[in-house]
Amino acid sequence: MTKADTPLLEIENLTVEFDTASGNLKAVDGVSLSVHEREVLAIVGESGSGKSVSMLAVMGLLPWTARVTADALRFQGRDISNLTSSERRKLVGKDVAMIFQEPIASLNPCFTVGFQIDETLREHTKLNKRERRDRTIELFEAVGLPNPEDRLSAYPHQMSGGQCQRVMIAMAIACDPKLLIADEPTTALDVTIQKQILDLLVDLQAEKNMGMIMITHDMGVVAETADRVIVKYKGRKMEEADVLSLFENPQNSYTKALLSALPENATGDRLPTVTDLTFEQQANPEASA
Amino acid sequence: MSEIVLETRNVTRDYSIGGGLFSKQKTVHALKGIDLKLEKGKTLAVVGESGCGKSTLARIITMIDAPTSGEVLIDGQPVDITAGPLSSEMRRKVQIVFQNPYGSLNPRQKIGDVLMEPLNIDGSVPVSERRERAMGMLEKIGLLPEHFNRYPHMFSGGQRQRIAIARALMLNPQLLVLDEPVSALDLSVQAQVLNLLADLQDEFSLTYVFISHDLSVVRYIADEVMVMYFGEAVEYGTRDEVFSNPQHNYTKTLFAATPRADVESIKKRLAAKVA
Ligand SMILES: Nc1ncnc2c1ncn2[C@@H]1O[C@H](COP(=O)(O)OP(=O)(O)O)[C@@H](O)[C@H]1O
Ligand SMILES: Nc1ncnc2c1ncn2[C@@H]1O[C@H](COP(=O)(O)OP(=O)(O)O)[C@@H](O)[C@H]1O
Ligand SMILES: [Mg+2]
Ligand SMILES: [Mg+2]
Repeated sequence: MTKADTPLLEIENLTVEFDTASGNLKAVDGVSLSVHEREVLAIVGESGSGKSVSMLAVMGLLPWTARVTADALRFQGRDISNLTSSERRKLVGKDVAMIFQEPIASLNPCFTVGFQIDETLREHTKLNKRERRDRTIELFEAVGLPNPEDRLSAYPHQMSGGQCQRVMIAMAIACDPKLLIADEPTTALDVTIQKQILDLLVDLQAEKNMGMIMITHDMGVVAETADRVIVKYKGRKMEEADVLSLFENPQNSYTKALLSALPENATGDRLPTVTDLTFEQQANPEASA
Repeated sequence: MSEIVLETRNVTRDYSIGGGLFSKQKTVHALKGIDLKLEKGKTLAVVGESGCGKSTLARIITMIDAPTSGEVLIDGQPVDITAGPLSSEMRRKVQIVFQNPYGSLNPRQKIGDVLMEPLNIDGSVPVSERRERAMGMLEKIGLLPEHFNRYPHMFSGGQRQRIAIARALMLNPQLLVLDEPVSALDLSVQAQVLNLLADLQDEFSLTYVFISHDLSVVRYIADEVMVMYFGEAVEYGTRDEVFSNPQHNYTKTLFAATPRADVESIKKRLAAKVA
């Protein structure tokens, strides 16, 4: 394989299990995926389908109670399954950055947003104080925060949810990551703000040639952002396809059911519903991969 | 003549906030004169972003909260909760279902008791009948008799929301106010709850005020649509009027921001990306 088509991130046969009071839970069950430079991969599925856990496993951010196994975890061709914690810190936050659903909760309420970005820059770059300040202002401009200089001294609670998510995005792109993982980045936001944030993410991704993994439960968000899509159900990959094929000609019956449950696709005066049992047998990790 | 189940006339609601030792008192005008009229058996959807006053309107219609000014009429009768307790007959007519199916059920109460509780209020319904009616309601919402003695934590989010709807219906209300009833639910479960609401509306000629921020759900379920913006109804009309010919700029912005999941829109986006 040439350097150019080495995927940014490659996951082979990832499984994550938890021991719970009611027994063993397979949160992720034999999932393989890859994402390339300049590509937006959407992972879509209902709550509990293992979207977040699969990414946290890759980042090494799960609690010790999780049992993670995989045939391979590679970043730019390099094995990342056994990183030391300092190697991992270098990777996460620099080459790979994540943003989460609750922007206000993800920021530290006790520090100004300027300070929090400065911390990230101090950890991952050699910039001096003055340069870090300039860089922060530049980042605030890039994510469309009004009056970037005044923002430096603002606390998270003094900003709206949409503005906090812009700060989170600024922090995520601070060190020019190669891969950005966005875990339901707009789920807590109003639709007009969601639109602005999705546009911002897609613009930044294209401008900086980043790879992006967009985790969502919302087919609309998939349709608006993705190049390629993985549909998950109960920890398994049900289908993988480019975005147009998925919507135009879904292959898996779970995907079909999900799309027909969208109110905008309603044909009769009742919506078709997804019944659990139909899919148990069809969950096929190898589906069209 | 059609029956008007709900009417509001120039309803406003102000909240005073602050006014402590260090901050000056401020007034939030949460509702700035809402007029609406809703016929029996119809669904009015109220949309708008967080903080625009939807839940405030819901509480006023449900007679939990009083308007600062203006009038609310249920079944043609003016109601004023500040003038003294309402008759139980009036209370019965309007019920509400909230967004969060986890918080709205008491974890220590069995489902059967959740459903029978509303019938205990005036003691006029004998125990055997209460039980029978609760069982009947369980069946209507697609649950089984053995669920009667289970606790809320043993149910999924969608089942709990159906239980909350069932509880609201135990007293045979005419008007059901649903404050973001499917916003916390997965797509497949959302479809079940929307279908249940449609079935119940057909069976009991229920009237719905359905609050939502999801335009695709609104377009599917509503007969009439009100778009709220900072406490004002900036758009109010039939679903087709509002969706095919929105008048207010905010409504247009809202429509433009709503993600499109149809094949044509995806093709357009991909084409623009290549260019
Ligand atoms: N720390 C944990 N301990 C036990 N179970 C967990 C833990 N984290 C997640 N889970 C379970 O793993 C499954 C997948 O969770 P998650 O990946 O968060 O779902 P999604 O992001 O798709 O909504 C769920 O059933 C969840 O309850
Ligand atoms: N009990 C209250 N005290 C003070 N302000 C309130 C109260 N309830 C709501 N508000 C304010 O009124 C406005 C409308 O709120 P709400 O009706 O909850 O909006 P929505 O349901 O559309 O999100 C908001 O500015 C909110 O902060
Ligand atoms: Mg998640
Ligand atoms: Mg509300």
